[in-house]
Amino acid sequence: MINNFTRRIALATAASAALMAALPAAAADWKPQKPVEMVIMAGQGGGADRLARLFQSIIQKEKLSAMPVLPVNKGGGSGAEALRYLKDKEGDNHTIMATLNSYYTTPLRTDIGVNIEDFTPIARMAIDTFVLWVNADSDIQNLDDYVAAVKAAGGAWKMGGTGTGQEDSLVTSMLETEFGLDITYVPFKGGGDVAKNLVGGHIESSVNNPSEALGFYQAGKLRPIAAFTPDRINVFPDTPTMTELGHELVYSMQRSFVAPKGMDPEAVAYYVGMFEGLNANDEWQTYTSEKALNADFLTGDDLQAYFLQERDKHSELLSASEGS
Amino acid sequence: MELLGYLADGFATSLSPLNLFIVLMGVTAGLFIGAMPGLGSVNGVAIVLPLTFIVPPSSAIILLAAIYYGAMYGGAISSILLGIPGASTAVATTFDGRPMAQQGKAGLALIAAACASFIGGTVSVVLFTLFAAPLADVALAFGPAEEFALVLLAFTTFVGLGGDDILKTIMMICLGLALSTVGLDLISGQPRLVFFDQPGFYSGISFLVLAIGVYGIGEILYTIETQKAAPQVTPAKLTFKELWYGIKEINKMWKTLSFGSIMGFFVGMLPAAGATPAALMSYGIAKLMSKQPEKFGKGAIEGVVAPETANNAASTGSLLPMLTLGIPGSPTTALLLGGMVMWGLVPGPMLFIEQPDFVWGLISSLYTANLAAVLVNLALIPVFVWALRMPFTVLCSMVFVLCLVGGYAPSQKMHDVWLIVGFGVGGYLLRKADYPMAPLVLALVLGPLMEKSFRQTLIAEQGNVMAFVERPLSGTFIAISVVFFLLPLVKHVKAWLGRAPSPTNN
Repeated sequence: MINNFTRRIALATAASAALMAALPAAAADWKPQKPVEMVIMAGQGGGADRLARLFQSIIQKEKLSAMPVLPVNKGGGSGAEALRYLKDKEGDNHTIMATLNSYYTTPLRTDIGVNIEDFTPIARMAIDTFVLWVNADSDIQNLDDYVAAVKAAGGAWKMGGTGTGQEDSLVTSMLETEFGLDITYVPFKGGGDVAKNLVGGHIESSVNNPSEALGFYQAGKLRPIAAFTPDRINVFPDTPTMTELGHELVYSMQRSFVAPKGMDPEAVAYYVGMFEGLNANDEWQTYTSEKALNADFLTGDDLQAYFLQERDKHSELLSASEGS
Repeated sequence: MELLGYLADGFATSLSPLNLFIVLMGVTAGLFIGAMPGLGSVNGVAIVLPLTFIVPPSSAIILLAAIYYGAMYGGAISSILLGIPGASTAVATTFDGRPMAQQGKAGLALIAAACASFIGGTVSVVLFTLFAAPLADVALAFGPAEEFALVLLAFTTFVGLGGDDILKTIMMICLGLALSTVGLDLISGQPRLVFFDQPGFYSGISFLVLAIGVYGIGEILYTIETQKAAPQVTPAKLTFKELWYGIKEINKMWKTLSFGSIMGFFVGMLPAAGATPAALMSYGIAKLMSKQPEKFGKGAIEGVVAPETANNAASTGSLLPMLTLGIPGSPTTALLLGGMVMWGLVPGPMLFIEQPDFVWGLISSLYTANLAAVLVNLALIPVFVWALRMPFTVLCSMVFVLCLVGGYAPSQKMHDVWLIVGFGVGGYLLRKADYPMAPLVLALVLGPLMEKSFRQTLIAEQGNVMAFVERPLSGTFIAISVVFFLLPLVKHVKAWLGRAPSPTNN
């Protein structure tokens, strides 16, 4: 709500600059005429938020957009707030949304009248990874310890995560099924909040993305137990993958951008170009390797096909987790 | 003494001519932004954030700190002059600030607010300088149960100490809590109370919409009705004598000031709590400790000093979890966090170790920004007071327009404007029936926080309600809450016992 306001003011401040920039150019290509709103499907401080703000800063620094890009957090109801907002923006050429996997799960779980097939795919920037974390003060050193501790807690083991039915809760239910565990899942507002509560001892484990927990890990406050990736994450070379340990648990999170239904094709082309520039940026490429992200760029129909395929996969995961 | 060395380096940066100029510009802009109902430090920082690319990062931080402080000072101005809290942190300032302005003491109230803000801000920055790193652990000790207990404490300070008519206060709190559930449920993501299937209700009812409605529009309607025959011009003047008198008065309130500053800092530091409960609790405690509690709510200077000290102290405190844990304590610090990411800084436990230049540059700029803010604010008070000399008919229409624009600007939805008008009329009717407005507005601010932390605790503790009492920190808060809640009752009983034997004595 507040950031919306920003858009308005930035509009005013940037309008004069825009005017000057627009005058000499013989409007051949489409360019944003006012600041572009970047809706974030999650709260402040989490992985999605930090990433979106990083994108914004690179776009701004490298002048990849003719207009400022303004991030707006709409994290309420596992991203339902953001999805609903994007639906209401039909035909708008100045709104894009940074997505995560709740892009599939939230419309499947809640009756908010959103069909993601209607939205316009822009670009997939990266695939994020998941790691099982415990507090560094705990005695748990490896997966066996972990499973034993959860079983000993007899259903009272507290796993923190972002909203019910979101990525973290799916990974949790995968753990429950695989190891025959009974875990109490506590939803928080964002991944940053989860990591903080794990360090503070209010929950007992988390499945944070590496970027959310990295600061605490470097400060010696959190311990990675196992990664939900096909191969080891280079930032945590000593942390085994679930696959290595003999458990086929792999889950990843897409970090993409979509636009409202009915965005003009020229505008779509503009934003795709903008993200292509971003993908080629050195700062972004360094960030992905440091923060254990896979930069896996995808656009257009391929991206839409990927979205729909992932949605089907999540539909199965959800029915499995809610059935348990 | 390593610390002093860092701080000295920081000051060397923040006192350069360019940066001093930036500080003055920043606080002045912040002051006006904060003074407009509907705008606040969040908007101030948001507006300027994109501009910070053109100055070096060290100056950019200073600019943001200056705006942040300026807006915090400015928040009190509309609360006092117009009775409309520009931000939720300034609600408590209206309780006594507005009556003071109506009694022609607007200048004095503004001076008190400025000086109190300065003291709160300064004490808080000193605490921050000395203890930032160790205090991060205190913030970590705060889980959902503690959050809930703290919000409950803020509520009971209000019910127990604030309300004259406890039944009406509780009814208004319930109404506010009901309004706070409108929108999407945080935990399950399901829509709740979406009236008439209006999509506007999906994002809930914001504090600003309700506050502008009941305080802005409601107040205008009420004033028009009560003073329709002779529109009253609030006499307001400001002299040096008054300034001196104000400073002397504030000097006497060292207890309120020190308590408000320290408590404000600690409450602000807790993630998710922030300046609104801090200001409320400070007001409640000041009233409790006062020798003349009956003066509160009728224009007591202390009633302005207490919340203003605490909310400024809290706004500095809320920088702490942002810098040390990477968790923003308030919407404004979330924006600052965004700014830091833009400059390639990673907030979190490693920041103090890896980027000492940045951290100490920021801390030293808080000192200069705070000083600049109080000076600019005091210098501009005559301008603000002058606004009150306008004929009521002119002022009233200006306020009306400001209210509608201030309500439309943040969301740019007509939905919110209609809600404001609706709340205005509703608020006016409730006021006529003597229902207090503050509990309604505060319940809407604190309600979502309370609900979220309550449910998180119950989920985590398998539905065990005793979890709230068993944990030492939250147990303590809940115990204090119970005392506050029962206090008025004890007072009544005492008064009754004191009166009963008197006939025989006579």
